[in-house]
Amino acid sequence: MITFDHVSVTYAGAPAPSLHDVTLEIPEGELVLVVGPTGSGKSTLLRTINGLVPHFSGGTLSGRVTVDGLDTARHRPRDLATVVGLVEQNPSTTFVTDVVEDEVAYGMETMGLDPTSIRRRVEETLDLFGLTPLRGRPLGALSGGQQQRAAIAALFAAGPRVLVLDEPTSALDPVAAEEVLASLHRIVHDLGVTVVLAEHRLERVVHHADRVVLVDGGHTSDLLDPAEAMLDSQIYPPVVGLSRLAGWAPTPLSIRDARRRASALRERLVEASSRSVPELRAVGPATALSVSDLRVVRAGRIVIDELDLGLEAGSVTTLMGRNGAGKSTLLGAIAAQHPVAKGRVRLGASSVDPHAVPPRERVRAVGLVPQQPELLLYADSVAAECVAADADFGAAPGTTAALLHRISGGIDGAQHPRDLSEGQRLELALAVILAGSPEVLLLDEPTRGLDYGAKHRLGEVLSGLAAEGTTILLATHDVELAAEVADRVVILADGEIVTDGKAREVLSASPAFAPQVTKVMLPQTWLTVAEVANAIGRSA
Amino acid sequence: MPLRPRLLHPAAWWLWGLGLATAASRTTNPVVLLLVIGVCIVVVTERRDPATTNPLWGFLAIGAIIIAFRVVMTMLLGNGVHGETVLFTLPRVPLPEWASGIRLGGPVTLESLLYAVYDSLRLAAVLACLGAANALASPRRLLRYLPATLYDVGTAVVVGLTFAPQLVTDARAVRAARTLRGHEGTGARETARLAVPVLETAFERSLGLAASMESRGYGRTVHASTRDRRLASGLALVGLLGVLGGLYGLLDASAGGALGLPLLAVGAALAAASLVVGASRERRSGHRRDRWQWPETVTALAGAVPAVVLVAGSVRGWDGIIVTPAPGLPALPLPVVAAVLLAAVPAWLTPRPREEDR
Repeated sequence: MITFDHVSVTYAGAPAPSLHDVTLEIPEGELVLVVGPTGSGKSTLLRTINGLVPHFSGGTLSGRVTVDGLDTARHRPRDLATVVGLVEQNPSTTFVTDVVEDEVAYGMETMGLDPTSIRRRVEETLDLFGLTPLRGRPLGALSGGQQQRAAIAALFAAGPRVLVLDEPTSALDPVAAEEVLASLHRIVHDLGVTVVLAEHRLERVVHHADRVVLVDGGHTSDLLDPAEAMLDSQIYPPVVGLSRLAGWAPTPLSIRDARRRASALRERLVEASSRSVPELRAVGPATALSVSDLRVVRAGRIVIDELDLGLEAGSVTTLMGRNGAGKSTLLGAIAAQHPVAKGRVRLGASSVDPHAVPPRERVRAVGLVPQQPELLLYADSVAAECVAADADFGAAPGTTAALLHRISGGIDGAQHPRDLSEGQRLELALAVILAGSPEVLLLDEPTRGLDYGAKHRLGEVLSGLAAEGTTILLATHDVELAAEVADRVVILADGEIVTDGKAREVLSASPAFAPQVTKVMLPQTWLTVAEVANAIGRSA
Repeated sequence: MPLRPRLLHPAAWWLWGLGLATAASRTTNPVVLLLVIGVCIVVVTERRDPATTNPLWGFLAIGAIIIAFRVVMTMLLGNGVHGETVLFTLPRVPLPEWASGIRLGGPVTLESLLYAVYDSLRLAAVLACLGAANALASPRRLLRYLPATLYDVGTAVVVGLTFAPQLVTDARAVRAARTLRGHEGTGARETARLAVPVLETAFERSLGLAASMESRGYGRTVHASTRDRRLASGLALVGLLGVLGGLYGLLDASAGGALGLPLLAVGAALAAASLVVGASRERRSGHRRDRWQWPETVTALAGAVPAVVLVAGSVRGWDGIIVTPAPGLPALPLPVVAAVLLAAVPAWLTPRPREEDR
């Protein structure tokens, strides 16, 4: 269906090719997963399939890419639109229309389907992706996950034979991600559509994949069997980590397979778990952040109502909940980005009201890393950005650069912030915000586009900050990150708190929010591979 | 209430906005210009497209900045308008011989200030009309009606049309993010620092949109041969150039107003021809297209009437169209006021946009 024949891609002005002599043949009706660290050339590989690289992006492509017999050198992306649908990483920049329903219909309109079939397909697609209640809503007013679903639906509705998706689930809550993957699974199995997707959250997708391609530094592997690929991939989901630890073979990819093999490991851990209940981080009194009877209204709609929340100083709390539950709005209200309609927010030991103080003082009490970290970055090089941040926060020269070094371990200071990978941009934005040394640090969806390595580093940085007394509240869909760093988990639904408790209890109690290790080890409540490894080490 | 309340055809709002802008561009009468801005605000308040983030205020703010800038520059440099009424005198900076044409400081007269205000108010009013059109029907809705035959021109139009409203949205986002770094996000220095990131973000988004339209099949080859396609594109390009030249002639009375109308007519004819040629081959279909009914006609006419009245007035040289800057209120021709007020009619005669929660 898709053939790469000695394909290399070099962008204009780039010192090295982004793709290096790729030869692959993807058969029809396969679900192929592209795995690789950030900046390894995954996005470039995907964008060559519909010809956006090089027709739109520029650069040189040597070799040949053919899709359904059409050579992308001679067919422009618009001519390939009937064959290939491409869902980009950040769907909000790719919407052509304003309203969900129009967006779903757009592709079919350009293809010239007759209005009756468009109507029918619009209805079917809206149902398939659970968008019917949102059909008349402006796309700009949807939450990130809803936008992602709308973008996939819009592409799918046009009926392409190949669907290419770049990180389709990274902005979705676990349940919504499962829904999207289930519908992808269905269209692969029932309709014979070929799907190629790149995703960092392997724990969500790897068991759906028929084949895996590993990408590293522009080089690709052959089409591999997923279990074999996971055997020696540098990037692997927790369940594979557990399997490597316990020495299971063949490598299980799904929770179900892993549970079948896990009984011996569970027995081995019974004793260990009774002895080694992992100790909680020492935390201060619940005065770092207090929110009482909060109501936030955005665009005439009540997003948050009657919300009470108190955070202990030096603790890490994750805020979870489905897309559109009000997580970002709550963080925005705490950081005084959105006005508060009712209720009060107080920060830190000196009870600062963030809405009453000027920004200059507010940044000492609270720092927010927004969902799009690039909004915080203005300078034309990383080094200049660090200098500007020192000046902004009145910190000693070099503070931000030192923080950045600690967080990321090496970003070239001469690079332009917009040329950084998603993960590096987040690290830079985090360093900028930390230069203000806020008492309370808020992070909105920080794991989007991060590979396991970057995520692990972020987890360590956050734990380190908490140990130094910073109170951290992060909104995330990433249960694995929550399992790694959180003391406490708060689950939000429709602007109200539905669950609030210790991370271990909350994460192991709810099937939707349980990390993979917990699902495998239930009824024991281990959260991470590291914990299990630790326990085995101690019990042995 | 129907499930999908009717929205006015976006082309109707844009015709209305362009008509009103043409009207505003022909006069320097401050009362008429303020009326135009008032009409824009009223109509937008009543009939705003809920899917947009109301770019009107951004456009009004830019207008205000333009006026302030002009006034300050006039005080410092003068503008060649000599008046009797000296308000105050700034210390004059002596300039070397070669710069004798330039004056720095010196007496500031009421007449020169009024001239600056009237002239820049005209630009502000035109901007308000464009902002209103943006707020009433988002350019993206208009895009759905952009013929695919104009592909090459079309992509440029996409980037252009979505750029300004995107700029306003991004300016808000960047300003909000600015407070996270301890800045108020206001003031001249701040604005200067924000300019680059805002422009970058808005431009990236517009390019992203163009890429997305490309990969979703906008402008697929609908012609039998490349020659046909080039013919249609060439026709469209020449037509658009004609329309632009004609509009320029109409808008700027000083640059050959006599040539304006014929050029516009020829350009429009050529553009229409390319559309007809293209549309006959176009395979694109429509899903729930907005229909053109009497409210659309009323709206387009409500914009056309002030344009016609003011163009006629300025050609005939009515009193109070081009105002000589002098103390006191200028003459106010009744037909002009009536025509501009007529433009507010769509605020009540059109269907109300959906007001569901957003």
